[in-house]
Amino acid sequence: MNSFWIIFWHTYLTKLKTKSFITTTIITILIVLGLTNFNKIIQTFDKNGGKDTVVVLDETNSLFKPFKKQLERINKDIKLVPYNGDINSAEKAVEKGNYKGLIQLRLNEQKMPVATYKAMSIADSSIYTDLQTGLQQLKTMLTASQMNLTPMQLQKLYEPVSFNKVALEKNAKTEEQLNQARGLVYVLLFVIYFAVIMYANMIAMEVATEKSSRVMEILISSVSPITQMFAKILGIGLLSLTQLAIFLSVSYASIKQNMSTLKGGFFEAFGFEHIPVETIVFAVIFFILGYFLYATLAAFLGSLVSRIEDVQQMITPMTMLVVAGFMIAMFGLGKPDSSFITITSYIPFFTPMIMFLRVGMLSIPFWESFIGIAILLATIIVLAIFGARVYRGGVLMYGKSNSYKDIKKALQLTKEK
Amino acid sequence: MRMALMLEHVSKRFGQFTAVQDLSLTIPEKEMFGFLGANGAGKTTTFRMILGLLDPSEGRITWDGKTINYGTGNLIGYLPEERGLYPKLRVKEQLVYLARLRGMRKDVALLELKYWLNRFKIPEYENKKVEELSKGNQQKIQFIAAVIHKPKLLILDEPFSGLDPINVELLKEAVIFLKENGTTIVFSSHRMEHVEEMCEHLCILHKGKTIVHGSLKEIKRAFGKKNLIIHTDFSLEWLKNFPGVLKGKTTTEGIHLQIEGEEDAEHILSEVVKKGFIRKFALEEPSLNDIFIEKVGDSFE
Repeated sequence: MNSFWIIFWHTYLTKLKTKSFITTTIITILIVLGLTNFNKIIQTFDKNGGKDTVVVLDETNSLFKPFKKQLERINKDIKLVPYNGDINSAEKAVEKGNYKGLIQLRLNEQKMPVATYKAMSIADSSIYTDLQTGLQQLKTMLTASQMNLTPMQLQKLYEPVSFNKVALEKNAKTEEQLNQARGLVYVLLFVIYFAVIMYANMIAMEVATEKSSRVMEILISSVSPITQMFAKILGIGLLSLTQLAIFLSVSYASIKQNMSTLKGGFFEAFGFEHIPVETIVFAVIFFILGYFLYATLAAFLGSLVSRIEDVQQMITPMTMLVVAGFMIAMFGLGKPDSSFITITSYIPFFTPMIMFLRVGMLSIPFWESFIGIAILLATIIVLAIFGARVYRGGVLMYGKSNSYKDIKKALQLTKEK
Repeated sequence: MRMALMLEHVSKRFGQFTAVQDLSLTIPEKEMFGFLGANGAGKTTTFRMILGLLDPSEGRITWDGKTINYGTGNLIGYLPEERGLYPKLRVKEQLVYLARLRGMRKDVALLELKYWLNRFKIPEYENKKVEELSKGNQQKIQFIAAVIHKPKLLILDEPFSGLDPINVELLKEAVIFLKENGTTIVFSSHRMEHVEEMCEHLCILHKGKTIVHGSLKEIKRAFGKKNLIIHTDFSLEWLKNFPGVLKGKTTTEGIHLQIEGEEDAEHILSEVVKKGFIRKFALEEPSLNDIFIEKVGDSFE
């Protein structure tokens, strides 16, 4: 086995065994499991089987029944119970915790229902908004009957206007598809963003650690710095893919298992039900390319510092680039077809996130994404050649200064003449 | 005699600064070569050029007629001046890793590792993390890392610094053992007595230039000057101005003189005998230390 593979596996295996890697993986798996089992968890903690009981003080003696009927259609989890006592004792019962809240129903001068809702806290808006909606519908019905409207007329009044949206562009995504794509792209953008920052950091730290512990001098006397740099980048690249594969398979398995409970709700809104294969493929491509771009940058920046403490300072501008790309992508989620997004998607440092955003959200021609990938590949190659030269000189430099002027010094060290 | 390592008119410049200037050396095979120089004299730069880490601005470095690059890396062992190991890795893990990078098989590396740990009387450290070891023991591990793959050419940059006398002896024995087994060794040191004791050939670098180069005996002979140590009960201050005396230093027991040659010692003896009782009168070869101070000191002026 040649030295490239020895370094490659060494980097991969030692990083795989570190505590920090194991903990972050476990924590993320727990978060994923928590999110996918969200509904189950909520149910477990809900004591009353998810039902909230609200007592009704009906002063009219006629509103309770229709109100209850209306509310059943809106929210089955709210249980209405008539109360045969005065307001003070009802309030006491709520204070004791017997009931979630109490609602007082009256009729005003126009014979329209008026309600007062009392609870220990009104933070749980889902209950009183449902109650309010129920009462609103009740009021509409009462008004209609006062005006002698037939149910047919009433239905006509409430019939929603038909409003169709049609995109003229071929293959353009429908509104629904766009919303779903937005959710998925949003999540994948986050993954790319975090992974690029995390693993680029890991590489810079790794290089700086080897340099500061001076093990570098032995390493570079046996293996060329260029082999070393690429073995390291690929080793940590494999590590990132391992971690990603673990996350994806855990979330896939967990989603499969909880499919029934996850139907509807935020899951559907995020478009996780019908995940387009194309989007995932592009996400992986742009993730890998983005990783290589920033990993190469991080490796040679890491080779310039002499102490681990200076790593963060050195790679801050690089991190800013990633953050900027992410910010632009966030803006682009709302306006993926604006020309600003189109232009920035061809700037190599932003391409991984923004071109992916465009691919995921719009139906752009294939050659456009292809140009983006080509530009990215070319940049990676140029950066790798330049980075390798800086790295070779950088690992030999020990000094106090940690500025970008050192790049020039490092290149000078590598020069032959 | 086959000439193993050859440096021909090697220079290295970093911008305006010249680190090494027109250095020509031949280091014979199976020999120990001493590399002396004050701090910043260009020793480490020269080593890095020999290792192929830096390209010389001018000149050529060859080993057995071939240029040195990563293809010949397995022939070379290097102990850097600044000690460096992975602090978080266990001794076994990192030595096997470093040995494999030098083209060794894992099982062979493990055997070799056991041998060296036993030789240095530290077999119990095999599974310890490097950061848990004392500095002296880390140095031994570092030394093992440099020699585990049985290099033909071993470069030791300050191998004995920071060690207690017992460990210095242990390491010296190991270096001599390697030399007797046919390893060519280049080593640098500030400690003249180590170089004097171990090296047949040496060179003294100063500000990138060779000041002295050759075999130890020849260098001493060419230097010509001798040291004279006289211990008496009476004052010897007047000897400092005696003809043939170059330098004098009064000590608690008498005087240390540097003289031009043996005949001067005779004149001095005949004069001193007249003054009284002499407890010690010794004529000595100049030490490397004297030569170094004189040569390097001269070029300061």
